[in-house]
Amino acid sequence: MNFALKYPGNDGGMNDRIKRLRNESIETPTTLTIERALIETAFYKENYGKMPLPVLRASNFLEICKKKTIYIGKDELIVGERGPLPKAVPTFPELTCHSVEDLHVLNTRSLQPYLISQEDIDTYEREVIPYWEGKTQRERIFNHVPKEWEEAYHAGVFTEFMEQRAAGHTSMDGKLYREGLLDVKERIAKKIASLDYINDPEATDKNDELTAMSISCDAAIVFAERHAELAEKMAAEETDPQRKAELEKIAEVCHWVPAHAPRDMWEAIQMYWFVHLGTVTELNGWDSMNPGHIDQHLWPFYQKQLAEGTITRDQAKELLSCLWIKFNNQPAPPKVGITAKESGTYNDFTNINIGGVTRDGEDGSNELSYVILEIQEELHELQPGLSIHISEKTPDEFLLAGCRVIRQGFGYPSVFNPDTYTKELMRQGKSREDANEGGCSGCIEVGAFGKEAYLLTGYLNTPKILEITLNNGIDPETGKLIGLQTGDPREFKSFEEVYEAWHKQMVHFVNLKLAVNNYIERMFSLYAPATFLSLYIDDCIEKGRDYYSGGARYNTTYIQCTGLGTITDCFTTIKKHIFEEKKFTMDQMLEALKKNFEGEEKMRQYIRNHTPFFGNDDEYADTIAVRVYEDLIKAIEGRPNTRGGKTYLNMLSTTCHNYFGSVCGATPNGRLAHFAISDGTSPSHGSDCQGPTSVIKSLGKLDQTQSGGTLLNVRFVPALLKRDEDLKKFSSLIREYFKLGGHHIQFNIVDTATLEDAQLHPDNYRDLLVRVAGYSDYFNDMTAQLQNEIIARTENEEL
Amino acid sequence: MSNLIFDIKRYAINDGPGIRTTIFMKGCPLRCVWCHNPESQRPQRQRLFKEQKCIGCLSCVEACPNGLDPRELKDCINCGKCVEECPAIALEMCGKEWGMDELMAVIEKERGVMTGSGGGVTICGGEPLMHPDYLLEILKELGNRGFHRCVDTTLFAPQDVIRKVVANSELLLVDLKHMDADKHKFYTGVSNEIILENIRLAAELGAEFYIRIPLIVGVNADEENIEKSASFLESLPWKTKQVNLLPYHDIGKGKHARMHTTYNPDNIDMREPSKEQLERSAAIFEAHGIHAIIGG
Repeated sequence: MNFALKYPGNDGGMNDRIKRLRNESIETPTTLTIERALIETAFYKENYGKMPLPVLRASNFLEICKKKTIYIGKDELIVGERGPLPKAVPTFPELTCHSVEDLHVLNTRSLQPYLISQEDIDTYEREVIPYWEGKTQRERIFNHVPKEWEEAYHAGVFTEFMEQRAAGHTSMDGKLYREGLLDVKERIAKKIASLDYINDPEATDKNDELTAMSISCDAAIVFAERHAELAEKMAAEETDPQRKAELEKIAEVCHWVPAHAPRDMWEAIQMYWFVHLGTVTELNGWDSMNPGHIDQHLWPFYQKQLAEGTITRDQAKELLSCLWIKFNNQPAPPKVGITAKESGTYNDFTNINIGGVTRDGEDGSNELSYVILEIQEELHELQPGLSIHISEKTPDEFLLAGCRVIRQGFGYPSVFNPDTYTKELMRQGKSREDANEGGCSGCIEVGAFGKEAYLLTGYLNTPKILEITLNNGIDPETGKLIGLQTGDPREFKSFEEVYEAWHKQMVHFVNLKLAVNNYIERMFSLYAPATFLSLYIDDCIEKGRDYYSGGARYNTTYIQCTGLGTITDCFTTIKKHIFEEKKFTMDQMLEALKKNFEGEEKMRQYIRNHTPFFGNDDEYADTIAVRVYEDLIKAIEGRPNTRGGKTYLNMLSTTCHNYFGSVCGATPNGRLAHFAISDGTSPSHGSDCQGPTSVIKSLGKLDQTQSGGTLLNVRFVPALLKRDEDLKKFSSLIREYFKLGGHHIQFNIVDTATLEDAQLHPDNYRDLLVRVAGYSDYFNDMTAQLQNEIIARTENEEL
Repeated sequence: MSNLIFDIKRYAINDGPGIRTTIFMKGCPLRCVWCHNPESQRPQRQRLFKEQKCIGCLSCVEACPNGLDPRELKDCINCGKCVEECPAIALEMCGKEWGMDELMAVIEKERGVMTGSGGGVTICGGEPLMHPDYLLEILKELGNRGFHRCVDTTLFAPQDVIRKVVANSELLLVDLKHMDADKHKFYTGVSNEIILENIRLAAELGAEFYIRIPLIVGVNADEENIEKSASFLESLPWKTKQVNLLPYHDIGKGKHARMHTTYNPDNIDMREPSKEQLERSAAIFEAHGIHAIIGG
């Protein structure tokens, strides 16, 4: 069943070119480049106010494409960088302008630094910062928001996605492989010619937007032509005949795409890469950019060339590997302030989808899906992320091939269920075909690829809201009254009163956030239209409207709720111990929380060990989780956004559960102050102790089709997946979860460091299942001696 | 005799095909020196104490109606009050009576994943054949519900029990510890005569079973014993010719501490086999036409 052996063409490893490029990509330090900011600032100084905003944005993009440094590296086949060099990250001062202090911090911090020279900092201070003062999106937002919003934001009740980066989770459908930008320009021209200035009051706006889109086409073509010219120049100077030929081919490819539709695999991959770079140069949208179902998109090119004998499997793999390295060359743009804590990573969340279903609902996996799995396993870079999409129609062979990569413990691929997420999309009003063509971008959020602007607006800290409720509207971290005064919980006579108070408080904060979301959406529509991205999202051209102004066929706004496991466990604790069994009084609980359970270890232990928690297939807890989940949906769903669409709930957390935990004191479930809250829809740390099947059963009780995505993390030790037989069992666990309606599941195949941490903090690892000898046991239940033995053994297995 | 279950594990992947739920029955007639489930030996309820979990709050002492310190695990009326009150679950009651409906409810929770993976239910111990009536009652109920049934056993039981268990299960996992009767008695407390006869009987009955051998250097890993085991197994009319060689680990050590008993009190020399020894042993079985798998 070794998929790598199935195809005789696979040599089972990276070739020398890929090894070199990969090493270079991994070893190059991340730097900041001020080039984009300088070009943009000069352009804005000269032109702001002289042209309609969309045209200004498109012309600014054109200016960057004309002037930015072009890079073609040694051995590269696929070309183009966002910065002047690999891993050089530009800034986007029109959204958030880094201060001198920010730049110093980024340059010197020990985790995820962005190196920048003093000279560049000085230039930035002189040329960039003064111009943008008072004009950034961030300032437009913070100068406007109500005081209550700001207080809740600073308390960590919610975060705001769009204060630093452009909104949007963006994935491509297959149209970029079927149409060149010259064809697109022609479509735009026809649309402009057909504008009716008498009967359509938006005709002028449409003209501006369409003109801007047309300029954006020119920008990407210019950018590609400059690569062609550089490649020609390099080819003329090149002495090695093989490299000379490659450079000539690069020149030919860049002359052809993106102006024309690609004719072969090489051109198709380069086409995508130019579109990717255009999108992430124009703005710095969340999740950078995502090719979507690339195995399906490239399949016709590959099939045709195989039949013609113009490509081999190894050649296709090499070209794709070159693309994979390009993804890794683009670290996420650095953030400032609070959001830096939310998500400290270089990962820009490109999540490539493979497998799944085709637009007409058939199995979408093909040979390229397997090639991509091989690449992901061999290259195992930070980026891109990869997800396998497992529908009932997906063959077991593909699932098993994916599980083999999961077993390597890199944390990917994650696993998605098209049978559930297509229902999510259709429930929101998408057609069956558009839903089938959709998938997941970023972490776990779903969208109709190439047809939807789905904006994630920030996370909601549900346990923090309970903390505020238990303090009658006051945030105990600061002593400030920031929420509704829902009453002194000591007076509450029943669990229902506690729940109702939380519910009121939650609705209050959701409303606060939604009101501001609409304002921020308008700011993007007005000041930061994405005229290049709009070319690739249906029906922006047809409607003559921008991606941020309702141009997309589907327009969705999400709030992401975090901490379902933690809040459920808090509620079961309160319900069972305070109101039903009267083990403690509310007063005792509040005092213990205030003291962070200091001197109350007995109480804390009792709660941790004698309370039904979420994730154990236990009705008591799961019923409350379902109730919370459904009430969150009711509070969030169905409000109109500014783009003709609606708001929906999402359940991802990225790493925000750490930040949210850090601003939240001790909680009734025995969680100590400032520890992480639960992630996504996963059970809270160490509270699921009945094994993975119980976890999926609990999660299966949520109607996941009602969200825009749920997230489940499951930890396994490598030894549990050692034998092929184990892998089959593991894969049937995934199948079962998906039958229960699961949206997503991902696995941590834990390493020694985690096991050692588990020894130090056993409470957080109660769910850690470890293979002992002929059986498996919970790590926590073992003597220190046995734990040490297991740690030693795991290490040996890794050698 | 009481019919106690001391553990039920979901997502058991080393106790037979597919994903299984494993039921651990309490009580065993053998006393293997290396036993990794020593809490399974006595058929009575007993308390366990996990010292590393104890926070010293004395809730158990306060709860004890007889004023004992339950952490000392002295004989008592086993009322379980101390276990209920222990906040940190440092004290645990090992062994619980389960009603059939209650037991089936736990098993039914896993039906989906069992069906999907080709798994089922495994009953182990202790020695499940020590409670034949209860065991058969469970097996029949599982059979009625269509679950794949596997019994993990030493086959140390009367022949009529063996016949009934074979008739009411799909697979057996049978332990074979030693071919020498005296040594078997020395290490496990009982002779191997009944066991070897019953292995033959199971084969003659056409039962599907795998042989599992805990491979322990100093006890049974010598070539002579391996050779004899292989010859014996080769002589059987056995359909499913497969042995699993389980390398020795002193897993039982920590568990004895929980019962305030001592692991291997006579300091019998027991060691883990080397990779070479495991492979050599496997090769001997293979030479006798028996498929040998190292590990679970």
